[in-house]
Amino acid sequence: MAYEFEFAPVLEYTDLLLKGAFFTIALTAVGAVFGIGLGIIGAVCRAWRLQPFAALFAVYVELIRNTPFLVQLFFIFFGLPSLGIHIGEWEAAVLAMVINLGAYSTEIIRAGIASVPKGQLEAAASLAMNRYESFRYVVLRPALQTVWPALTSQVIIVMLGSAVCSQIATEELTFAANFIQSRNFRAFETYFITTAIYFAIAIMIRQLMLAIGKRYISGRLS
Amino acid sequence: MSLVSIHQLHKHFGDNHVLKGIDLNVDEGQVIALIGRSGSGKSTLLRTINGLECIDAGEITVDGAKIQAGAKDMRPLRLKVGMVFQQFNLFPHLSVGENVMLAPKIVKKTDPAQAQELAEQMLAKVGLSEKFDAFPGELSGGQQQRVAIARALAMQPKVMLCDEITSALDPELVSEVLSVVKQLANEGMTLVMVTHEMRFAREVGDKLVFMHQGRVHEEGPPEALFNAPSTPELAAFIGAIDQA
Repeated sequence: MAYEFEFAPVLEYTDLLLKGAFFTIALTAVGAVFGIGLGIIGAVCRAWRLQPFAALFAVYVELIRNTPFLVQLFFIFFGLPSLGIHIGEWEAAVLAMVINLGAYSTEIIRAGIASVPKGQLEAAASLAMNRYESFRYVVLRPALQTVWPALTSQVIIVMLGSAVCSQIATEELTFAANFIQSRNFRAFETYFITTAIYFAIAIMIRQLMLAIGKRYISGRLS
Repeated sequence: MSLVSIHQLHKHFGDNHVLKGIDLNVDEGQVIALIGRSGSGKSTLLRTINGLECIDAGEITVDGAKIQAGAKDMRPLRLKVGMVFQQFNLFPHLSVGENVMLAPKIVKKTDPAQAQELAEQMLAKVGLSEKFDAFPGELSGGQQQRVAIARALAMQPKVMLCDEITSALDPELVSEVLSVVKQLANEGMTLVMVTHEMRFAREVGDKLVFMHQGRVHEEGPPEALFNAPSTPELAAFIGAIDQA
């Protein structure tokens, strides 16, 4: 085997790769913000057994966690138009990521809420705080702090999963890579560089989530 | 009229009838020590006084705020009743100052500057002014419990409930907490405390309430009860403590 590695034909498309990476990061950022937000709402509904929302979230969580992300994406992008709901590839990709991350983070954050000792709630109640106040000021931060590493991993999983959005022509990183290798026929080099970029994005997200956790969620020595 | 008035209070946990018709009155400025064997219902009784346990029958009135069976809104009661717990239950993600200021700010809508001043006063009262910016994890158990007392006091309650507040402390830290409670009692705070510190109950308490099998079995001035218990159950309880 005498394969000659040539990265130059890939690097010609640097701008395309960077654009793809940017869109992957943008998709992930929007997906993470709204997905975690949805997760907090879902976790509260389930932890407080607010019917009928708790039941709806239970069905939603099971549905999403037991079906492939690609199928969810196809359902939104190809399935919904049959019902007259037409959305573009970006909107479909964002929606699929929010819905997917929302389901997983509902369960992750619910575990965090469950981990807050009962004594904390009793202390809040004894200070005449209502349920909302005690959640907002006493439960939420320690709950998120406990599950922050798990949420970070889930955001990274969703970022990596965004690669399948290339299947509906969302011009993110994998879409760019597929396009480039179809032009230069340098599959190894193209996907090698793409892999390196995904790896770098994952490390960046981990560091960013760590910094956000330290700045906004953790108390000192707690 | 009594500040706290408990009338024919009943409470069940499933089939377990824990409180069987409690009648108890607490006057303003009085210090009540609830004693009794484990499982006698003393902690449950204390927890009903601020609505942490709902009641099945009877009624509780604290300074005009009344709770009956099936009551949902406990806030009026809790605004008048402060509570200190065995395990301190400070909020670990908030500084000492924030722990004390939180409820005045969000429940009573006290403005931040006033809340800070109030927190400083309350921390000074428990001798922890210098710990305002510390976090609970940086404090000893005794200091944490004193912060918990300051936190409850910041809501300016009419009555304070203390649920075995020294039981989780190392022996050498007990006295610093008890001296704060004693100081409160001297200042005229109404206190209802579940305690195993019999010497303290005897020294500070105005009234001793001995609970047995979910009932107030005997009550009266501590000296009288300790020196001449009128029921064999209290005599046995005091005997068991003396042997310990």
